[in-house]
Amino acid sequence: MHHLGNFSLMAILVVAAYAVAASLLGVRKGRPGLVASAERAIFACVALSTAATFSLVTLLYRSDFRFEYVANYSNRDLPTFYKIASLWAGNDGSLLFWSWLLILFSGAAVLINRGKNRELMPYVVATLGVIILFFTYMNYWVTNPFEQLAMVTASGHQVWAPPDGRGLNPLLQHPIMVIHPPILYTGYVSFAIPFAFCVAALLSRQLGSEWITSTRRWTLFSWFFLGTGIILGGRWAYVELGWGGYWAWDPVENASLMPWLTATAYLHSVMIQERKGMLKVWNVSLVITTYLLCILGTYLTRSGIVSSVHAFAESDFAQIFLAFIIVAAAFCTWLVISRLPLLKSENELDSLASRESSFLFNNLLFLAACFAVLWGTLFPVFSEAIQGERVSVGPPFFNKINVPIGLLLLFLTGVGPLLAWRKSSLDSLRRNFIWPTALGLGTGGVLFALGMRHFYALVCYILSVFVFATIVQEFHKGTIARKSHRGGSYLSGMVDLTLVNTRRYGGYVVHLGMVLIFVGIAGSAFNTDRQADLLPGESLAIGDYSVKLLRIDDGRTPNYDWAATVLEVSKDGELIGEFDPQKHFYRASEQPTSEVRRYSTFREDLYLVFSGMTEENKATVQVYLNPLVRWVWIGGIVMFLGTIVIMVPNKRELKLVRKREAETAMRKEKARRHEVA
Amino acid sequence: MPPKKFKFIAGTFLILGSVLWLAISGFEEGKAYYQTVSELKTMGSRAEGVRLRVGGTVVPGSIVRRDGAVEFQISQDDNVLAVRYVGTDPLPDTLIDESEALAEGEYKDGSFEASMVQAKCASKYEAAYGENTETRPES
Repeated sequence: MHHLGNFSLMAILVVAAYAVAASLLGVRKGRPGLVASAERAIFACVALSTAATFSLVTLLYRSDFRFEYVANYSNRDLPTFYKIASLWAGNDGSLLFWSWLLILFSGAAVLINRGKNRELMPYVVATLGVIILFFTYMNYWVTNPFEQLAMVTASGHQVWAPPDGRGLNPLLQHPIMVIHPPILYTGYVSFAIPFAFCVAALLSRQLGSEWITSTRRWTLFSWFFLGTGIILGGRWAYVELGWGGYWAWDPVENASLMPWLTATAYLHSVMIQERKGMLKVWNVSLVITTYLLCILGTYLTRSGIVSSVHAFAESDFAQIFLAFIIVAAAFCTWLVISRLPLLKSENELDSLASRESSFLFNNLLFLAACFAVLWGTLFPVFSEAIQGERVSVGPPFFNKINVPIGLLLLFLTGVGPLLAWRKSSLDSLRRNFIWPTALGLGTGGVLFALGMRHFYALVCYILSVFVFATIVQEFHKGTIARKSHRGGSYLSGMVDLTLVNTRRYGGYVVHLGMVLIFVGIAGSAFNTDRQADLLPGESLAIGDYSVKLLRIDDGRTPNYDWAATVLEVSKDGELIGEFDPQKHFYRASEQPTSEVRRYSTFREDLYLVFSGMTEENKATVQVYLNPLVRWVWIGGIVMFLGTIVIMVPNKRELKLVRKREAETAMRKEKARRHEVA
Repeated sequence: MPPKKFKFIAGTFLILGSVLWLAISGFEEGKAYYQTVSELKTMGSRAEGVRLRVGGTVVPGSIVRRDGAVEFQISQDDNVLAVRYVGTDPLPDTLIDESEALAEGEYKDGSFEASMVQAKCASKYEAAYGENTETRPES
């Protein structure tokens, strides 16, 4: 099986190199046959890469411990589901998986765009080919997952297999952890496609609207997966890591947030380019920056350069990876500078109170947040290089900068969509904002009267209600207008309205999801926690809740031993139920994990952790009361749905396409008649 | 300069300036110096009163829960540091004998009070089978 894997990797190197050479040669010499052959080479890579991934999956499935990767990340008693998921548990396997996804997306991009974008495609193929070459080179020479274990004996090397594997990291044995990495990887990896289109547009000097249309769709796709991956990662940390939170500004979390921030900025600023032909240099730079941040994120996660609980082992491949990032950055910078004359803006900004300027400030804030996160994440590295002392900055740094930036962005979420392009009149401002502002400030007043004194939380709730009101108002106005000239019910009017302009109204739904996430995050300002060492029969109180320890149970499964504290939870004296937070001890990896239990409502989460036993045989129980956490997950789902709405083709756009097709058909018909005549 | 252009530039500078100010003040609150156990011992009195992140290997059998706090020792070469964890979050499950631990906190009168502890099982997942065996690529 491993022969198939290694052979496939070798073959990809040859075929991808051919694709790069053939597509560039084809476009230089004007030979479309050669370009088409390069495109077919990408399809061949899809087959080969699938074979390589399949062979590693087979080895994992068979528990073939002769292979180092299988022995290190799997064991005999591991459920089959997790055996397969071990593919992305370690550096070598996950990098193979990464390349596979990259090649699949490259194949899909070529397939979809073959018929159109003829001027761009040779360069798209060449760019993707180079990226494929780099990652496959890593797969084969630097992080080969098909390496066998061997013992040095008198007769030379001998293949050797341990009786059982080391097992999959128990923290990763969770259903979310099985789907979170592939989703996040999809986001990271698929960004290669918009990047390739951008580079192709620059190389071919075809900087019209074609590349913008193609990249906007792909960027939306990547952004969608990146965002979903981030939310799932937070969810996993919350239910599995047992410290009561979902975000800790860990370098690996930051690595996924940075490209998401720049991609979000691009999805907004691209509208200005489509509409007014402005910000061209800016947009090109955003796409390039986003891709480089994706690669940097991969590098940070795997190189162990910034100490993190996530990071894979410190590996010698760090230098090669860093070299790739630097070369790519240098090449892109040269490319943008050399094409500057072609990227001139066609318009100028008119007014501060306009859609354009709100987008401009939105971009500035996204970039500022991204830069702050980047700076904070890499600070240990910089400080060591410059001062010789490794200095890290913790969560206070990230929160201090990003909380106000986040709130300003929330404000713009409400304001931006209601401002007119070019210039808003004072009258329209008053008309659009009077209700949302009144509702927001009213809510703030009520919360203040109820005793809320946390400044940022108050601002956040005022803004959340304000933005929520603007979104509802937009839907309502649009629906009324539609109903008045089409008739029908209110609901059908609203659905119709959304389908006619999916980008606009889907965008509002995404904004609504973001508002809900902010509501949830602001809830964390009021988190409380208690810890107590309890004997059976004793209890502790937190908020309106009382938690009583009934007994301590234990047992064993093939995979792990466990102990549980059985807790009886009641609220205001009323019994809610029994919960059993556990400690698992995984035998293969000799590692304990905590299994938390939660009592979750829309208002708050009661989060129960069994931390361990004291010397006096008391159970240490840790209890958190986290208000409004559930809204973070609900917001994530709403954003997910909103993005799907955006991806549905516009009725209006479809109409245009049909019209254009009809016109072409008519022209052809005329030409034919002309010929006949 | 036309007034509307001036407005944009002023707005941009206002935002960037505030971000910079927040960065500097946040940095002072959040910064911590990375030290190994050996480096800490050579710092002497300079180590007192600054926020430190100390890394080392957990001494087998040294983890003890006592009076609501957890105590353990981390070592590097021959130097040992006693750590008293006074934070509120539960300790990570990965904090076990011989794991690589990172304790963040302050050094007071010969003992280290940590408010945050991170740990990873370096011995388990990373050194792996390569230690007493050799690997060779199979092609």
